[in-house]
Amino acid sequence: MPIKKVMKANEAAAWAAKLAKPKVIAAFPITPSTLVPEKISEFVADGELDAEFIKVESEHSAISACVGASAAGVRVFTATASQGLALMHEILFIAAGMRLPIVIAIGNRSLSAPINIWNDWQDSISERDTGWIQFYAENNQEALDLIIAAYKVAEDERVLLPAMVGFDAFILTHTVEPVEIPDQEVVDRFLGEYVPKHAYLDPKRPVTQGALGFPAHYMETRYKVWEAMENAREVIKEVFDEFEKTFGRRYHIIEEYKTDDAEIVLVTMGSLAGTVKEFVDKKRAEGVKIGAAKITVYRPFPIEEIRALAKKTKVLALLEKDISFSVGGAVFADTSRALINEKEKPIILDFILGLGGRDVTFENLEEVVDIAKKALEEGVEEEVYWIGLRKEIL
Amino acid sequence: MAESPFKADIERVEKEYSEKMTPGAIVYLPGSSVVNKTGSWRVFMPEFHKDKCVRCYLCYIYCPEPAIYLDEENYPIFDYDYCKGCGVCANECPTKAIVMVREKK
Repeated sequence: MPIKKVMKANEAAAWAAKLAKPKVIAAFPITPSTLVPEKISEFVADGELDAEFIKVESEHSAISACVGASAAGVRVFTATASQGLALMHEILFIAAGMRLPIVIAIGNRSLSAPINIWNDWQDSISERDTGWIQFYAENNQEALDLIIAAYKVAEDERVLLPAMVGFDAFILTHTVEPVEIPDQEVVDRFLGEYVPKHAYLDPKRPVTQGALGFPAHYMETRYKVWEAMENAREVIKEVFDEFEKTFGRRYHIIEEYKTDDAEIVLVTMGSLAGTVKEFVDKKRAEGVKIGAAKITVYRPFPIEEIRALAKKTKVLALLEKDISFSVGGAVFADTSRALINEKEKPIILDFILGLGGRDVTFENLEEVVDIAKKALEEGVEEEVYWIGLRKEIL
Repeated sequence: MAESPFKADIERVEKEYSEKMTPGAIVYLPGSSVVNKTGSWRVFMPEFHKDKCVRCYLCYIYCPEPAIYLDEENYPIFDYDYCKGCGVCANECPTKAIVMVREKK
């Protein structure tokens, strides 16, 4: 029987790793993710997880050790956040290019300067072009579930790409919630053992991995990553179906909430989706036709799902905790890309909020809805709306 | 030099990799670098004067590539497919039997 325990998302991530039985964990501590490797090192020390725990001197080394271990043919895990993920940056491309299904847990945190340890999504959003699959969890249960699902997607032969699972710094990483821990046998059955057919080391089959790719081959290797990411769309659907059958919890690439007759849909990711759904209930009670949509899978970007959502509504309001300077939100840009050639499309509004741990309140969301209503009646006034900005100190 | 000692390897590698891209661009076949003919990098090439050669093997030993082999009589033969023209052989040759001359393209 699965057991329920009260735990932080960091512990949930460590439990997910334990259940997935990686053979190598290489990690370097960083706020707010430190508890993940700390907890895993306990599991290893207590003999509950049979794995090699490599203590390294930086995140660059952590992911490099993961690449080495994965290339040797075993399941690997690591966790990081913010500057740590940024330090991994160059190796992230290598992991994807070498087609190594590494899974990383990210405690989504802002980037310096100024140094700030609190939540936004800038760290993993900035890694969107590395060839990694990206999941964003709304709560601690999702953090655990999506890590297990991430292995299943990443290791699928049609995909073979690394994956990261993000969960919001402090809002989730350090907040306790009841989390259902699935049975080991059930996870074993769901994931199976990782037996790679491509990347592994065997003296009887000498290979070169990560070799030089001349102009005659490089472009094709990039295309193969593109193709794998495209394949991931279908694989994720299959894995989410199987996940529901196995564990009883349903995941959607985009989870829609009260969208059917909604004139305004607030689109967001991560823990903010919980706040937004609560807010939708409040506004619905007031008679406002409003809905919410949560993007669980950000890479591959859910183009078809966005198109389906756009058909239902008049305004898509993107609420995001990241910024691509001079453009706006990255998810807004991707959403716009998904709809660019559609004949009919809703108004798409770009809201930047909650950067560096600033709380997103119902007052903020009221402002978003007011702007959305106004845009519907009078047109869009601003390219990018900064919500909750303290204009008085600017 | 009559024929590259790597001819069979080159043919094998070229056949193997001309068909399909491997996942992660993994090179399954050891020794595949034979197809990467580094001789094209050369600016100066070693010119061999057999009359001065005392068959000391120093060029053969020092060649970093190694792109110098020995023939049946232990005279050096130069593999211009891979010789990068570094000049180490000419520098080491005690009798100046090897001279670096500008490559004629």
